[in-house]
Amino acid sequence: MSLVEARDLAKTFDVSPPWLNRVLERKPRQLLHAVDGVSFEIEKGKTLALVGESGCGKSTVARLLVGLYEPTRGSLVFDGQDAHAVFKTAAGSDLRKRIQMIFQDPYASLNPRWTVEAIVGEPLTEHGLITDAAALKQRVGELLISVGLRASDMAKYPHQFSGGQRQRISIARALATEPEFLVCDEPTSALDVSVQAQVLNIMKELQRKRGLTYLFISHNLAVVRHVSDQVGVMYLGRLVELADKHTLFAVPRHPYTRMLLDAIPKMHDTGRARTPVQGEVPNPLDPPEGCAFNPRCPHANARCRAERPVLLDIGGVKIACHAVQEGRIVPESNFVATNA
Amino acid sequence: MSLLQVQDLVVEFPGRRGTVRALDHISFDIAPGEILGVVGESGAGKSLTGAAIIGLLEPPGRIAGGQILLEGQRIDTLDEDAMRHIRGRRIGAIFQDPLTSLNPLYSVGRQLIETIQAHLPVGRAEARRRAIGLLKDTGIPAAEQRIDHYPHQFSGGMRQRVVIALALAAEPKLIVADEPTTALDVSIQAQIITLLKNICRDRGAAVMLITHDMGVIAETCDRVAVMYAGRIAEIGPVHEVINHPAHPYTAGLMAAIPDITVDRDMLYQIDGAMPRPGAIPSGCAFHPRCPRVFDRCKTDRPELMPAGATRAACWLHAEVAA
Repeated sequence: MSLVEARDLAKTFDVSPPWLNRVLERKPRQLLHAVDGVSFEIEKGKTLALVGESGCGKSTVARLLVGLYEPTRGSLVFDGQDAHAVFKTAAGSDLRKRIQMIFQDPYASLNPRWTVEAIVGEPLTEHGLITDAAALKQRVGELLISVGLRASDMAKYPHQFSGGQRQRISIARALATEPEFLVCDEPTSALDVSVQAQVLNIMKELQRKRGLTYLFISHNLAVVRHVSDQVGVMYLGRLVELADKHTLFAVPRHPYTRMLLDAIPKMHDTGRARTPVQGEVPNPLDPPEGCAFNPRCPHANARCRAERPVLLDIGGVKIACHAVQEGRIVPESNFVATNA
Repeated sequence: MSLLQVQDLVVEFPGRRGTVRALDHISFDIAPGEILGVVGESGAGKSLTGAAIIGLLEPPGRIAGGQILLEGQRIDTLDEDAMRHIRGRRIGAIFQDPLTSLNPLYSVGRQLIETIQAHLPVGRAEARRRAIGLLKDTGIPAAEQRIDHYPHQFSGGMRQRVVIALALAAEPKLIVADEPTTALDVSIQAQIITLLKNICRDRGAAVMLITHDMGVIAETCDRVAVMYAGRIAEIGPVHEVINHPAHPYTAGLMAAIPDITVDRDMLYQIDGAMPRPGAIPSGCAFHPRCPRVFDRCKTDRPELMPAGATRAACWLHAEVAA
């Protein structure tokens, strides 16, 4: 059974002008559909990666999953219980212990005036797991060692660490309550490649040792290929393709997934000429009619411009695309299949 | 003759606790029309190299040694006024964040026309005609209308196109582009890189492309310089550096990048982190992290020496050189 299940999750933000402006300038209410009906399941011990460009709603999904946002519609089922309902009750604290988050920017997510001991120990004292000072020191030391730092580092302040080390402190803090599910929002995008490799390796190792389940959010498809079991591609608040990693990279079906894969510079293909897909992500306040990708899609027809495709299962892969569903796009192996 | 020659460039930051040497004897050339990539991790000194060339070092940073020659003329000793004429006219600059490179209070047309008229002897009507042409060349749709719009009315990718148009306005021979695509999404990044490459080739402008993204370098550049701790670790043709890296740091860097075409269980990792300026190890700056370190590395600092088809600052290649 899956540990995490998102059922038609949606989050709408009200970005209307103030009431007086609406009345005087006759401006309507404006709603931003940041996440618009996203469903997926993650099995225990597995990693689902969400990819997409800025503004596609992937970070909003992350915040919905840890309970930082209340969903406008839909629900999150964690280990058989409706998480957002439980968060409001007394048992919410127990559930929060089991779901933790790692943020993107290790410079902004650690309090500069706290020692590492206070930062990593806070979840432990906050949840009343450890009250004894000596035991707390002991536990914080263990956590730091588990992410490749030294126990003596706990007396230092965040500014004494490099970016990669700070991200390890964030991971240690997230692991403090022994969670089962970690939501990682672009955990390595602020880091240099050699440091990124260190952090990704440690995350993988921890997953194996502790059976952690990850939701991994990234815009970097190469990183996603490295860490994930399943990949969901998001565009303008919706999932457009959801497949296991090998299928997605070998035979990308949705035109947007293909475009994303094609847009990545290939390392060993120096001087390759290419024709990048034109256009940009549309304004989410004024999304196009029909399929949100239709203005940039080479396969768009009248139906794509009028009717919004739903996520359907086609041969084990979930795809929201009329062209694929009608068989107008023939599955085509990607460059990856030839090299792998 | 080389368009740009950088010889033994040293940049220092005097401070209360002594002087910090941020760039330590950097030398390289750029040929006319060539695209040179400068790659490295944060703090390697790649942006500083770019800033020194365009004369925009932030005080108290200063050039403490070496020289920079543009078409044979020394430009590192010029005063601010003379440098201002070179910047824009002969060296164009593109920075990471397009929003901060543009003045939000002026329409993009006004900024373009002002730049063109500041450097070229043309009338206003001609300058406007050229500005529209530049916007068209950089792929901005409906350039005739867009020219009167303000920066906030453009999206991130479109703004970076405007910045490229601005850098090319006075037809410079060299463009220094510092992380021009880092703030952009991947699909937009591909568009901008293709544009930059094609437009510079069409105009015969050389480019110094500073980035941390090896993929962008692989796809765009003719040659690449890999920087580490304020020095060039390796420099050579892109294809050679990527496929046959001669310096252990380059090799480690290449192996650490997750490859979209290959499934690997664990990534190769270089342990440790780059030293901070002011705390550079003795000998080769990379020796504490180097898997192939030997005695000489700890005491003697290697200069760039021939290593296969590239040049690397690494004692592993010393016998070959001797």
